Amino acid sequence: MDVKEFDKNVAIDQDEALRPKMVTVEIAGKKHEVPEGITVIKALWYTGQEVIRGAGCLGGYCGACATYYRTKDDPKVRTCLACSTAVEDGMSFTMVPPFPARKATYQLSELKDPKQDLFNLYPETPLCRNCNACTEACPQGIDVRDGVWRAVFGDFKAVSEMFMDCVMCGLCVPVCIADIAPNLVAVYASRVQGAFFTEKPNRLHERIEEIRQGKYDQEWDKILTMNEQQIKDVCAAIK
Amino acid sequence: MKLEALQGLVHKTRDARRQQTIPKFPPNERDTLIKKYHPDSRENAYRPIKFGPNAGELTVRELAALLEGDSPVPADLDLTPTYSVDVLVIGGGGAGSAAALHAHAQGAKVLLATKLRLGDSNTVMAQGGIQIAITSEDSPVQHFLDTLKGGHMKNDHTLLKTMVEEGPSIAKWLLDLGVLFDRDPDGNLHVKKGGGSSKPRLLTCSDYTGLEIMRVLKDEVLNQQIQLLEFSAAVELLSDGDGTCTGAILQDLDNKRFVVVAAKAVILATGGIGRLHIQGFPTSNHYGATGDALPMAYRIGAKLLQIDTFQYHPTGAVYPEQLVGALVTEGIRSEGGHLVNANGERFVNELDTRDVVSSSIIRECEEGRGVRTTTGRLGVWLDTPLLDIEHGPRTLEKHFPAMVRQFKRYGLDITKDPVLIYPTLHYQNGGVQIDVNGESGVRHLFVAGEASGGLHGRNRLMGNSLLDLMVFGKRAGTTAAERAKAMKHGKLTLEHLTRFRAEARKHSGALAVRSPMLFPDYVRKE
Ligand SMILES: Cc1cc2nc3c(=O)[nH]c(=O)nc-3n(C[C@H](O)[C@H](O)[C@H](O)COP(=O)(O)OP(=O)(O)OC[C@H]3O[C@@H](n4cnc5c(N)ncnc54)[C@H](O)[C@@H]3O)c2cc1C
Ligand code: SF4
Ligand code: SF4
Ligand code: FES
Repeated sequence: MDVKEFDKNVAIDQDEALRPKMVTVEIAGKKHEVPEGITVIKALWYTGQEVIRGAGCLGGYCGACATYYRTKDDPKVRTCLACSTAVEDGMSFTMVPPFPARKATYQLSELKDPKQDLFNLYPETPLCRNCNACTEACPQGIDVRDGVWRAVFGDFKAVSEMFMDCVMCGLCVPVCIADIAPNLVAVYASRVQGAFFTEKPNRLHERIEEIRQGKYDQEWDKILTMNEQQIKDVCAAIK
Repeated sequence: MKLEALQGLVHKTRDARRQQTIPKFPPNERDTLIKKYHPDSRENAYRPIKFGPNAGELTVRELAALLEGDSPVPADLDLTPTYSVDVLVIGGGGAGSAAALHAHAQGAKVLLATKLRLGDSNTVMAQGGIQIAITSEDSPVQHFLDTLKGGHMKNDHTLLKTMVEEGPSIAKWLLDLGVLFDRDPDGNLHVKKGGGSSKPRLLTCSDYTGLEIMRVLKDEVLNQQIQLLEFSAAVELLSDGDGTCTGAILQDLDNKRFVVVAAKAVILATGGIGRLHIQGFPTSNHYGATGDALPMAYRIGAKLLQIDTFQYHPTGAVYPEQLVGALVTEGIRSEGGHLVNANGERFVNELDTRDVVSSSIIRECEEGRGVRTTTGRLGVWLDTPLLDIEHGPRTLEKHFPAMVRQFKRYGLDITKDPVLIYPTLHYQNGGVQIDVNGESGVRHLFVAGEASGGLHGRNRLMGNSLLDLMVFGKRAGTTAAERAKAMKHGKLTLEHLTRFRAEARKHSGALAVRSPMLFPDYVRKE
């Protein structure tokens, strides 16, 4: 669409869109020109690379696209989700390959003392040396180190709340000098919190019982024997 | 105009808009609106399918081409199986994981094959919640009626009744697995109101409901040590030559080799079609949402249902360009966010059904009351700051952390300024026809989740999909496992494919594309 055709009063100025400015980025050591502001993953496509390992939800939820990057002249290597980060001039980046972390397997319902069992399943957890590398690596801004300690001290509720945003990208794992996989510890703690330490929702259990006892059977009979028009009328009357 | 100046009008008109109530459209007006503006009503986007179980029926051109497309599998492929299992589950989203877990719990030998990693799916992105009727002022019957109304009365009654009735026990199953639904102070499950529902019945895990459910299901699949093949896409089904499904052919995406799986029952749980970008729409869906179940099921002879209707979620992001298509959760409208046109006016009851709200946004834009970004995209405002004003400071931050974060990454603060939105391709309302146990018209071929059709009618209500996945994933998994106990493996042939190809050759233009598509092609070629 020609820009001149727009009604200027209802159009946003977006210089970058009018004159797509090209920037130089370095992908896994090679320099490429890409339009400024596109996402890291789109930059990969733009430079002709097929991405299968490394693309998932494309919306910032699945953690498939974990990436290391550095901005111009800054020595600090940072982490991001490639589907949700815009490129800028001078940026260098590489996608992070999967890391062989150990996931403990367990039968949740058979755990006897789940807070203690953490130390059997993930005995490395209390060996955290407080280096804070995990927190710095987390693209979701979770205080991962603190979460690890809360798990150790049995505050699973706090862990479950802190890690609700965790997309399981695994970026906190390879940096850990104590071989802890904080995200897996957090999933364990959260599930335990849910399965063992939350209140029983009485209303839900009553509803399950009501259905089992056929409380709604009559209503169902009425609805399901109606003709098309009758049921349409019932629906139309819903507010 | 500067973005800020345009946003200024939204700020300026806010107080006046808060005094307004906008009624929902009466049925006849709603139908006219949809007829005129909904993308489903654009005739030239559709064409009849040339042959096969749905011959003569209309669907969008993108899908028709895939249904008539050719399998990548050569007719003379060696069909000696690499894996021999009771139940093969294809797709590692919510429906596939639930099916695998329930089949495993029945003692079946299960193989779960998925195109990306386990959990990389649409399920992981669900923000709004899962609908389950649990409060005393609500009932499964009410849930049924709301859904039927939303689906334009075209829902399959048996499937729908099953879903709403099994909802509460599904909530219990998820809780027992450790899913952390939001709670009321008294310990009961907190419920929110979703668009098109007469009662609050959305269970949520902040705005990460799908992520939380998927994280737990994935962990549980791994705990149960269910055999898992990641980066393995199904590309063709196998039959005994007599119309019964006996396995599938996967393609290992690392080395492109075909892998033959013999299975007593196959469950397709490959999700939706957003990445076909129907009618050029952007999409909220994950990378692998290319509707792969549909052509595979079609070639082996399964009938599809309501594949002429798709859901365009009203609020996809339009600006910034990096977020185009990404979902802005319906929860924001549920909690009172207004939709506002370029003149600063509201134009629809924000809690009307998705097809109505989407149609009205398209109407505003087509009639010149939209805001245009200079990439040429049109949109209207979603007044997000209103939530903090209505419900107190930090409401957005507390209830919609994922949303706030998504925009913050690009320097936009949705707690201070409204965002631009336009409908985005979101959900495949129809799919493979199934019975109440998830079995398709082809024996031993089950379909669960978004890939299946009939349950949602012509428009799915918010929060019903997550429930659909869990209920029919369970039923398909359980039934398939029970079935497998009493039978032997069938013959492995590609006879259905041979017949399909022979039929296709009679129609010009058929076999033109490779299908299933597996991934959209975004790689720029020079
Ligand atoms: C952004 C967003 C928000 C949503 N919010 C909500 C909500 O709040 N509430 C609600 O109820 N619903 C919501 N939905 C809808 C709901 O999330 C989906 O309909 C549902 O998750 C689909 O589940 P599924 O298991 O059928 O498919 P998916 O979860 O998409 O899983 C399909 C899986 O199959 C794999 N696959 C695909 N093709 C193949 C193949 N050929 N071979 C092997 N594997 C394959 C995929 O990679 C994926 O892992 C939302 C959807 C989106 C996109
Ligand atoms: S906690 Fe670890 S796995 Fe979770 S989002 Fe942060 S870095 Fe990724
Ligand atoms: S990286 Fe490991 S050792 Fe360092 S703070 Fe995190 S958990 Fe502790
Ligand atoms: S692709 Fe899922 S988070 Fe980036």
